[in-house]
Amino acid sequence: MNAANYLYVSALLFTIGAIGVVVRRNAIVIFMCVELMLNAANLSFVTFARINGNLEGQVVAFFTMVVAACEVVVGLAIIVTIYRSRRSASVDDASLLKR
Amino acid sequence: MTSNVSWLTTLGLLPLLGALFIAALSKRNELAAKRVAFGTTLVVAAAAIAMAMQFQRDNVDLQFVETYSWIPSFGINYAVGVDGIALVLILLSVLLAPIVVLAGWNESSGGRWSVKTFYILLLVLETMMIGVFSATDVFLFYVFFEAMLVPVYFLIGGYGTGERSAAAVKFLLYSLFGGLLMLASIIALYVLSGEQGGHTFDTTALSHLQMSSTTQNFLFLGFFIAFAIKAPLWPFHTWLPDAAQSATTGTSVLLLGVLDKVGTFGMIRYCLTLFPDATKTFTPVILVLAVISIIYGAFLAIGQTDFKRLIAFTSISHFGFITMGIFAMTSQGHSGATLYMFNHGFSTGALFLVAGWMISRRGSSKIADFGGLQRVTPVMAWAFFIAGMSSLALPGLSSFVSEFLVLIGTYTRYPVAAVIGTFGVVLAALYVLIPVQRALHGPITPGNESLPDLNLREKIAIAPVLAVIVALGFYPSPLLNVINPAAAHTIAQAGFTDPLPSIDGKAGK
Amino acid sequence: MTSNSLVYLIALPLFGSAVLLLAGRRCDRWGHLLATALSAGSFAIGLYQFLQMLGRANDQRAVTQKLFSWISVGSFQVDAGLMLDQLSICFVLLITGVGTLIHIYSIAYMSHDRDRRRFFAYLNFFIAAMLLLVLGDSYLNLYVGWEGVGLASYLLIGFWNQKPAYATAAKKAFVANRVGDMGLSIAIMITFATLGTVSFAGVKEHAPVASTGALTAIGIMLLVAATGKSAQFPLQAWLGDAMAGPTPVSALIHAATMVTAGVYLITRSNFIFDAAPTAQLAVAIIGAITLLFGAIIGMAKDDIKKALAASTMSQIGYMVLGAGLGPAGYAFAIMHLLTHGFFKAGMFLGAGSVMHGMDDEVNMRRYGGLRKFMPITFATFGLGYLAIIGVPPFAGFYSKDKIIEVAFNAGGIKGITLGTAALLGAAITAFYMTRVVILTFAGNKRWDEKAHPHESPFLMWAPMVLLAIGSVASGFLFTHGDALRNWLAPVVEPHPVHEAELLSPAVVSILALVLVGVGVAFAIVKYLRSQVPQVAPEDVSIFTRIARRDLLQDEFNEAVFMRPGQALTRTLVKTDAAVIDGAVRGVGRMTLGSGNLLRATQTGFVRSYAMWILIGAIGLIAAIWVVTQ
Repeated sequence: MNAANYLYVSALLFTIGAIGVVVRRNAIVIFMCVELMLNAANLSFVTFARINGNLEGQVVAFFTMVVAACEVVVGLAIIVTIYRSRRSASVDDASLLKR
Repeated sequence: MTSNVSWLTTLGLLPLLGALFIAALSKRNELAAKRVAFGTTLVVAAAAIAMAMQFQRDNVDLQFVETYSWIPSFGINYAVGVDGIALVLILLSVLLAPIVVLAGWNESSGGRWSVKTFYILLLVLETMMIGVFSATDVFLFYVFFEAMLVPVYFLIGGYGTGERSAAAVKFLLYSLFGGLLMLASIIALYVLSGEQGGHTFDTTALSHLQMSSTTQNFLFLGFFIAFAIKAPLWPFHTWLPDAAQSATTGTSVLLLGVLDKVGTFGMIRYCLTLFPDATKTFTPVILVLAVISIIYGAFLAIGQTDFKRLIAFTSISHFGFITMGIFAMTSQGHSGATLYMFNHGFSTGALFLVAGWMISRRGSSKIADFGGLQRVTPVMAWAFFIAGMSSLALPGLSSFVSEFLVLIGTYTRYPVAAVIGTFGVVLAALYVLIPVQRALHGPITPGNESLPDLNLREKIAIAPVLAVIVALGFYPSPLLNVINPAAAHTIAQAGFTDPLPSIDGKAGK
Repeated sequence: MTSNSLVYLIALPLFGSAVLLLAGRRCDRWGHLLATALSAGSFAIGLYQFLQMLGRANDQRAVTQKLFSWISVGSFQVDAGLMLDQLSICFVLLITGVGTLIHIYSIAYMSHDRDRRRFFAYLNFFIAAMLLLVLGDSYLNLYVGWEGVGLASYLLIGFWNQKPAYATAAKKAFVANRVGDMGLSIAIMITFATLGTVSFAGVKEHAPVASTGALTAIGIMLLVAATGKSAQFPLQAWLGDAMAGPTPVSALIHAATMVTAGVYLITRSNFIFDAAPTAQLAVAIIGAITLLFGAIIGMAKDDIKKALAASTMSQIGYMVLGAGLGPAGYAFAIMHLLTHGFFKAGMFLGAGSVMHGMDDEVNMRRYGGLRKFMPITFATFGLGYLAIIGVPPFAGFYSKDKIIEVAFNAGGIKGITLGTAALLGAAITAFYMTRVVILTFAGNKRWDEKAHPHESPFLMWAPMVLLAIGSVASGFLFTHGDALRNWLAPVVEPHPVHEAELLSPAVVSILALVLVGVGVAFAIVKYLRSQVPQVAPEDVSIFTRIARRDLLQDEFNEAVFMRPGQALTRTLVKTDAAVIDGAVRGVGRMTLGSGNLLRATQTGFVRSYAMWILIGAIGLIAAIWVVTQ
């Protein structure tokens, strides 16, 4: 099977994720979309590793997973805290930086 | 010449030591802070006079030279040394400092920060002033030039009156803008020196650089604009009246009396010696600016209603004279300009000190609020009058010698500029006599009936200033003898000679 | 020759002034005595020097003293040096002699003023500065004295500066003088640039090789200086207002000495003017204009001091005219200066004496018939009057007629014009001085019942008597055997001149006397034969009205200099705030404005930021793609 097909899937996933981040308001959903984009990138890394026949891309994918895990921990904590104080998980309500 | 004693470093460190000592004092012990500050400035003044005694008048080389490697990878040295011009300006700084401390004994309180901080800032400023005049490494000069802004910024913004924050920011931004232009030029010099045999910031080495005329012109402008802002020359002057109006009296005296001289000193030390060809190119433009400054500053001074702004504008007029003398490129003009810097420090300093006392007594700086002070406070009125007479360059007082030297030195090369400049002398009579008449003469107006005359501390502070003004008016030789060789050397370095009297070709025919 | 005592001439009064000012109220009781004694001491030294000088040959008389090197930069070398020659000694004796008399007079005149000590300090300072002016051996030293007397004059005019009008008069005098000083300062600059020196000896030596153009420029600038100090046209407007000062000041500074400094300057610079005929002609013309100008103003003044001030202006016009006539006229200009110093100072002191007896009233229309109440004042004033109108054998006859004669003999249209002006001036002088005497001392009483006119004390009338003696005798002494002319010849007339005589001395004298007689007769008819109203009549001709307003000199200055100057100042102040500082503030506002503009993109919505990041990323990739294609 042509390795390029994996790349198409990866691009598709990344696009879905990006659109999700821009369009959706719920912080949890946005967060999941971000994860989707990360994983799309992972897929590309692994594919390229496969095409080039070395392991570097696979290693980077592991790194990405670790970073994503950290991100989940910190990000979810922030989202929960915001939800507690504002009773809403909508990102549009949290525009405090404007002023 | 090398000396066994590191005079200049010692001189620069003494105020810092005093500042450290004050920092160790308790915040409540304000009197001790004042005494330590006054004592330190006195010691520095004494040390500077002792140093001046060692100065060899006829030696045109830099003296009291010290060089230590500072940042070797960039060829930056801690290098200091003075010629006659720098020595005179250092003397001016350290002599004014104790007077400022004594005269403004109470102006340190009521600020945003403690009394202690005020004197620490003042002493740090004194170190910077000594450093900026004695640095012979361009980079070191730049560091002092910019670092000096910090204490002044806090002195204006923290202890001034009125719109002090706005004035402090204006002062800072103006100076930084000029400083950055200068920095660009300095970096360019560094790069050029690297191309021509080794990176260096040493002033003497840099003066031998080969540059195309375009390069020279641009680098000259970088330096000159920085100094023209500092001096200040029209049209870069608007920060000065604001700063002088908002700062405390003592700060204003140092600002007008010493800090602004860094600009004119820089013109002599850096613009002229590093870029002689560009100097020739720009001299006509600069002379026009100088003449405009003289006349414009005088007219603006006449039109002011506020004492402090008035004095600031008279200074702009005086700085026009100084700049004119520098760029006239004659030994009379040059010596006159340097002497003018010294005399202006004292005469404008005296004017500002007395005006400051008048203002703090009356609680207003509007000229119109005063009247008939000659009857109420005769000593204060006399002090103001003598300082005013010095400001209008009355013969017999110190400013006359310098102003006349500048004019006569300019006339031999640029008669038109000198003649127009002479109109400033008439205007000077107006800008001094109008406030004298309004504030000192006439009937005693309400609110002035019971102003106290100068107290003993204030008399002690102003007496030496007035004494110097009178003494140097009759006998300027001690200073002129120090200045003359250095001034002549600078002229020769820039490739000029004094014009001969016009009859000289014809004599004997 | 050198002499070590010259400096004491100046040092004594300068010391007095310093002591009186620094010691303050502590010396209120003896300060005036010290000042008078020091002034007299200066006179004694001057007299000693004069006697020494008499004992030497005519070309050996000048003495010098070098104190120290004052300013020395490159080729510009000025010593603090003094020079006493035949010309300066005349001035030294006049200044210290008349000065001491006026010190004595002031002891009584100012005895009720609480600031008498300060007054004497200023007087002593004036004497010192004026002596420096005439003793300095270079133009720059002269300049120091020149501005010094200006300062003394400022302080003394404004002595009662609690009155705003007096303070303004003082300021006006100083500023007008400064305009003149500017001329002197430019003259010194040209001198240095042309000749390379500013000492009198050096300039005299080098002047013959300098170009006429440069010398003319120097001469014109010196003339500007002289017009300022000597109240000559067009810088004459300050002198009338200067009468705000106490009367002894008017006598000493604004009649006898300071205002004649311009004549000294021109005479001292004879080597420049003689080589620059255009400048010399300008001097003569200015003198002629001023002598008529002052005389016309004098006819219309009711204030006795202002009438005398106008007369002073006119008489100095004669001196300047004389000095403008070259070697033939210098000696007579100086002679008129000296005789005028006697009679005008005497008359001013007389006016002070009248005011003293009349509660400081200065309006002559409120005097009248005072000769019975003040016989000594009347006698001394009368002698001065006879001297000024030029009745033989009084002093003015000798000096003024000589100037008229030299003017006529100057040759051509120039001579006839200048001579006629001088003759006409003599007639007008006779008219207005007769008017002053009649209004004050003759006719009917016009003063209030409250006034009790009385003769002044001894200390006041004694100086007046001495000055009156001078007004009677000095003219004869100076002309006897051409004494003064021969005395001054080494300084001002190195080569004897013989000019064609247009009119012989006798003819000039007769002409002048006839015209003086006409002037006197007119005044008698107008003021003695008819009643003088207490208030100046309003229904007078336009000419009288203009003359009363000083020929519109103040109006002219206000319209041409003051108002445009004030308008310019106001405009510049506004421009500075609006344009220059406006530009500076504009840069600040622009920075803030652009920040505000960019801030609009910061909506605070996370999703819009994400959108921008996405667009940015896509844009970046697209750009890379385009570039690498």
